[in-house]
Amino acid sequence: MSSNMASSSAGSGDSSAARKNSKRPKCIDYSSALLSLTLLDSKFTQQELPACKPILTPGWVISTFLIVSVIFIPLGVISLFASQDVVEIVDRYDNDCIPAPARTNKVAFIQGAAPKSCNRTLTVTKRMKQPIYVYYQLENFYQNHRRYVKSRSDSQLRSPKFENQISACKPEDDAGGKPIVPCGLIAWSLFNDTYTLSRNNTPLAVNKKGIAWKSDKEHKFGNKVFPKNFQKGNLTGGATLNPDIPLSEQEDLIVWMRTAALPTFRKLYGKIETDLENGDTIQVTLQNNYNTYSFSGKKKLVLSTTSWLGGKNDFLGIAYLTVGGICFFLALAFTIMYLVKPRRLGDPSYLSWNRNPGGGR
Amino acid sequence: MAGGGRRKRRRLHLSRIYSYTCGKSSFQQDHSNIGGPGFSRVVYCNEPDSPAAERRNYAGNYVRSTKYTVASFFPKSLFEQFRRVANFYFLVTGFLSLTDLSPYGAVSALLPLALVITVTMVKDGIEDWHRKQQDIEVNKRKVKVHDGDGIFRQDEWRNLRVGDVVRVEKDEFFPADLLLLSSSYEDSICYVETMNLDGETNLKVKQGLDATSSLLNEDSDFREFRGVVRCEDPNVNLYMFVGSLELGEERFPLSIQQILLRDSKLRNTEYVYGAVVFTGHDTKVIQNSTDPPSKRSRIERKMDKIIYLMFGLIVLMSFVGSIIFGVETRQDKLKNGRTERWYLKPDDATVFFDPERAPKAAIYHFVTAVMLYGYFIPISLYVSIEMVKVLQSVFINRDIHMYYEETDKPAQARTSNLNEELGMVDTILSDKTGTLTCNSMEFIKCSIAGTAYGRGITEVERAMAVRSGGSPLVDEDLDVDVDKSGPKVKGFNFEDERVMNGNWVRQPQAAVLQKFFRLLAVCHTAIPETDEETGNVSYEAESPDEAAFVVAARELGFEFFNRTQNEISFRELDLVTRENVERVYKLLNVLEFNSSRKRMSVIVRDDDGRLLLLSKGADNVMFERLAKNGRQFEAKTQEHVNQYADAGLRTLILAYREVDENEYIEFNKSFNEAKSSVSEDREALIDDITDKMERDLILLGATAVEDKLQNGVPECIDKLAQAGIKIWVLTGDKMETAINIGLFSSRFASSLLRQEMKQIIINLETPHIKSLEKSGIKDEIELAYRESVVKQIEEGRALLDASGASSEAFALIIDGKSLTYALEEEIKKTFLDLATGCASVICCRSSPKQKALVTRLVKSGTGKTTLAIGDGANDVGMLQEADIGVGISGVEGMQAVMSSDIAIAQFRYLERLLLVHGHWCYSRISSMICYFFYKNITFGVTIFLYEAYTSFSAQPAYNDWFLSLFNVFFSSLPVIALGVFDQDVSARFCYKFPLLYQEGVQNILFSWKRIIGWMFNGLISALAIFFLCKESLKHQLFDPNGKTAGWEVLGGTMYTCIVWVVNLQMALSISYFTWVQHIVIWGSIALWYIFLMIYGAMSPSFSTDAYMVFLEALAPAPSYWLTTLFVMIFALIPYFIYKSVQMRFFPVYHQMIQWIRYEGHSNDPEFVEMVRQRSIRPTTVGYTARRAASVRREDRFYDQIHKDLVAF
Repeated sequence: MSSNMASSSAGSGDSSAARKNSKRPKCIDYSSALLSLTLLDSKFTQQELPACKPILTPGWVISTFLIVSVIFIPLGVISLFASQDVVEIVDRYDNDCIPAPARTNKVAFIQGAAPKSCNRTLTVTKRMKQPIYVYYQLENFYQNHRRYVKSRSDSQLRSPKFENQISACKPEDDAGGKPIVPCGLIAWSLFNDTYTLSRNNTPLAVNKKGIAWKSDKEHKFGNKVFPKNFQKGNLTGGATLNPDIPLSEQEDLIVWMRTAALPTFRKLYGKIETDLENGDTIQVTLQNNYNTYSFSGKKKLVLSTTSWLGGKNDFLGIAYLTVGGICFFLALAFTIMYLVKPRRLGDPSYLSWNRNPGGGR
Repeated sequence: MAGGGRRKRRRLHLSRIYSYTCGKSSFQQDHSNIGGPGFSRVVYCNEPDSPAAERRNYAGNYVRSTKYTVASFFPKSLFEQFRRVANFYFLVTGFLSLTDLSPYGAVSALLPLALVITVTMVKDGIEDWHRKQQDIEVNKRKVKVHDGDGIFRQDEWRNLRVGDVVRVEKDEFFPADLLLLSSSYEDSICYVETMNLDGETNLKVKQGLDATSSLLNEDSDFREFRGVVRCEDPNVNLYMFVGSLELGEERFPLSIQQILLRDSKLRNTEYVYGAVVFTGHDTKVIQNSTDPPSKRSRIERKMDKIIYLMFGLIVLMSFVGSIIFGVETRQDKLKNGRTERWYLKPDDATVFFDPERAPKAAIYHFVTAVMLYGYFIPISLYVSIEMVKVLQSVFINRDIHMYYEETDKPAQARTSNLNEELGMVDTILSDKTGTLTCNSMEFIKCSIAGTAYGRGITEVERAMAVRSGGSPLVDEDLDVDVDKSGPKVKGFNFEDERVMNGNWVRQPQAAVLQKFFRLLAVCHTAIPETDEETGNVSYEAESPDEAAFVVAARELGFEFFNRTQNEISFRELDLVTRENVERVYKLLNVLEFNSSRKRMSVIVRDDDGRLLLLSKGADNVMFERLAKNGRQFEAKTQEHVNQYADAGLRTLILAYREVDENEYIEFNKSFNEAKSSVSEDREALIDDITDKMERDLILLGATAVEDKLQNGVPECIDKLAQAGIKIWVLTGDKMETAINIGLFSSRFASSLLRQEMKQIIINLETPHIKSLEKSGIKDEIELAYRESVVKQIEEGRALLDASGASSEAFALIIDGKSLTYALEEEIKKTFLDLATGCASVICCRSSPKQKALVTRLVKSGTGKTTLAIGDGANDVGMLQEADIGVGISGVEGMQAVMSSDIAIAQFRYLERLLLVHGHWCYSRISSMICYFFYKNITFGVTIFLYEAYTSFSAQPAYNDWFLSLFNVFFSSLPVIALGVFDQDVSARFCYKFPLLYQEGVQNILFSWKRIIGWMFNGLISALAIFFLCKESLKHQLFDPNGKTAGWEVLGGTMYTCIVWVVNLQMALSISYFTWVQHIVIWGSIALWYIFLMIYGAMSPSFSTDAYMVFLEALAPAPSYWLTTLFVMIFALIPYFIYKSVQMRFFPVYHQMIQWIRYEGHSNDPEFVEMVRQRSIRPTTVGYTARRAASVRREDRFYDQIHKDLVAF
């Protein structure tokens, strides 16, 4: 031990030299690789950075709830108004468009050769300003099934160079050894009901241009890719495509190929670019080709205007209003709670560790 | 060393001082093995290049302590990585993602894994690189190597070969295990400091063979030197060496006495010559180095359980999903030539979707689902935690408040694994000497001829004074106050004008005083060293006590200044001439100190020619050796000794006698015979002879040496006790000293022992046992011991039970002998019960092994976290056994530090280490893990819920890259910031309210309740996010242009909501906002949008369905923004309500403190003091609180807070 004493007393003589090599934690120490990465000042290493230390004081809690309700209620009102502005006509036709005698075996009918034409009449109950969007709605159709979603070849759709990239498309990959363009189950099951609309016996033009996303048309579906061998397999799925029109122009296909998120979905069919007046009746002649009967899926035709918020969906408005209201009440409730159980400042018993044992947890 | 001109030390025969260690070695049984198996090494000294030596091809002296080499780094560290369950799981899913089973792309699955693994590997690599640097430093040290023709040149350590002859200078380390050939002393002894090996700082003596030392004195003598060493193979035994040296025709036996071990240091010897026997990894020290036991923190072990729970959940969910999937797939069966979901073409499906083989499909689907739901387990968890812990360690290392200026030592977290464990310590097991105390002995009092001298006030006395008058309120500011003014001589704190400055001559018993001081100056083995410039003498001694004595003698005017092989010279004041005269005593024999003898004597011939035996030793051995006529001062001295012990001082009794010439001659003869005997019982023989000599002594007096408490120890112990940490002291000291130190530390009347505390003392010093011991029947004694211990333990328990829940605190004091029995299998349970019932426990006279055993007992017996703190080699077992080992990087070598998890320079830093860093790390890590699982459950459950809407076909709700980057980019940095920076309570308040620490001890912040609560919160968030998004995007008519939203829009919206919700949740739950937090939280959210834009702008072949989603579809749609806003607020409301109510009405302790801070009472000292005292728990502390008048109210408060803490 005294050896240490001796050496340390000897060391104190040249303490200046020792200081140089001091291991005293410094502001920046380049010996540590991790630390030299960040510029550190001593506040940082000593964990004394200026900090805001918010805690949930009554003021914060109440004002937070109030602010939320103040923001939410108007938003809810606006959203609800927007949704109310939207006029929507929904017509379910899957059942009605099967002739009554065939309804015992709808699948046989839809797969049979009998004419599938069907007339529907829609009444406009409120003035609809153009553009009016025409949708078809399918229910219980699992476009989001993994097998279905994966069954496509994006590269093939994009460029004729990749025509043979069909490995993902099985079993709709080729027809007699030749690649199907567009391949895969999604394209194969393309929706093929058609609607012809007329108002008071004058045809209503349904514009089928501009219904797909621009990026899809321009970048995902090539304008040099033409349908090939489509629906030539042993089993026809859905619609056929005109082999002379490039995929980028086949907007129905493009819309269909953007798979829906949920088993109930709408897809844009076209746009009506004239206003519809209150009381107008619209005759729809539709070709009921698409088989949703085997999986008991509903088919609906939807005519809808849009607002800035989209289609008719009261949910968001109601939700905003509800939560805004709840927050308002919470603000009230907390105010009352804080008042009922006030705490005098400066009284240590306010720390509640002396509070009545009965009133606690 | 000292420059070029080597000062030639007079060649001395010092070996005769050392009767025990120095002696001839002989061929023993072991030597017959030489040449056989296990003893095959042959070293050709001084001819490492000879063909014979080269044929042997022994390893070089290069030492590698790195875990990896360049070649083994990849395979080995990868293997380490994948030993972790979660990583292995991700590896398996990564491989599976290459198959058709995968619900997502292989690259997006493997890349995050690769990233995470890479980060960990880089971290490992950096750590290893640092070790490499150290290796290089060590391997490049220089040593003088014989280069032939008697010329020595400098060479690097790594180039040493077996057989090289090296010359090691004073204060240099030995580069390898060397055979000592000769030294600067004529009898070729040398002093070695083995601090790095065993932590002992006293110098050890090694002695070379006469055969070599007579040959080799100069560099040039090595020109022709040849020798062959045949010896044992490399092994771990530090205290054994078997070999022989062949010089020409002759063979000499070699023992450990001739071996200089690597990493020990040459002291007090100008130079030695040695031949390299073992190099590099063959050396004993490296053979001995084992990796410290890897310790994992409790939190991490619990985290593993959470991971297993998550696995369970995943399997359960996958199972449910697979069943439904199987059922739905089976329904797609071909019926009447038709299939239900014809668009899926189930009649032409792969096995994964084949309705005909639905069970099989379900099983495959199960695997897929397990992969998909893997997001429940945060892939970045381990790596984040590791990074966080490293950064936390950096903070610990850099903490200026734990930096000890005097020794230039910052705290050093050697393993970062245990940071949060520091916040959960229940019991501290502390060594005493060097840990609580400075281990620098100070001569403070003495009793000579029955008169007590020394006016110095010991700290204990000061503490007692404070206790009687001082108020703790004032003392807190007083803090570290013990600095004394004026230059002080180290080791000397003696003040008494009666004896100082030569005044002793005027004392009535001046002759005795003179003898006393002479004895101090003569009876030791210290070696003086004279500074040639100033003439000051300093000493190197084997123990600090001894140094204190020599220094004391010097300061009192008996300056020991020179030692030759048989003379001791000192200056003293001549009583007659009143001038300093030099006296030379002939040193005849040294009867060394050892722990069984407990005394040390020298036989000298003074300058009057009288033969004197001077002796000093422990009181119990010395008093019984006094002559009848030497007991003049016995009673008085005994009284003083007891007083000194009470004051926490270490005492020694000094006595002498004159020896008859004939007696001496006879003694010397038999003593020398015994010394040179080579029989097994040599030591017993010496013992016997010396025992006969050291008798009939005349008492001179007693010395008292103070082992000062380190600065701030009592305050620190007080704080720790207030924090509810139990402190056990395991010491080698005797019971009285230990009790007094315990008392002493309780300066603020709280900690180890209080005066009003009831002491339960267990020892084996009852008269009955003593009488039995005299009778000497071994078995009977054993039996009596055991019975006595059991009886005492049971009595203690009874006492404890009787006191019941009353506030009386007990202290248990047990000595080492009793401990042996208390630790026996059948008794130890009762003992532990007793010990845990006591507020403090002191184990005296415990051996290192017992220390480790006690630690294990506490650890496994209570199941709580234990922290062991110690500084010496004898604490190593304890440090390794405890959950956390803290080494004091003080004076006693590096052994404790090397085997510790965290090293600090002073005991008092433990307070900051535990209360501040420990608490922070604990609360950070536990919050961090909770949050990790929260966010991943939020994420994972939305995936699961979406599955339910895809007929469980394992279609992920999000793009592949969204999936895989969630853990890596959009949610990881805030968690890391939380883990590194969050402070629930600032350091100042951690100190002010030590009970806060109980949050960790009782594991409130990482209880299952809290974990499950967070998971539940995650579930709520997920439900809110999924259903709200789904509803608000119903029919997917979300765009003013009539476009419908597809899968990618729903996914994008949900994902946006998740990123917002988890990050806002973070902002809501942390209580400490610096710019770092702002950057990472808002940055993570911004990063998501940026990523979405950049990724969406990439070519569609890469971005697939995320192409332009944000810019084209999401951003222009007001409903997207409205939905996001609504969902993120809504998902947070439940937590916000919970937190508001809980914070206000049911605050846990740290929240109470936050309130105090918020409401500004922290600046009101009285208020804080009140709250602080009220937070003190009754079991550990009573006095402060009990002193208050309103006892009843207090007690209710204790119960309440205790209940609160437990209940939460």
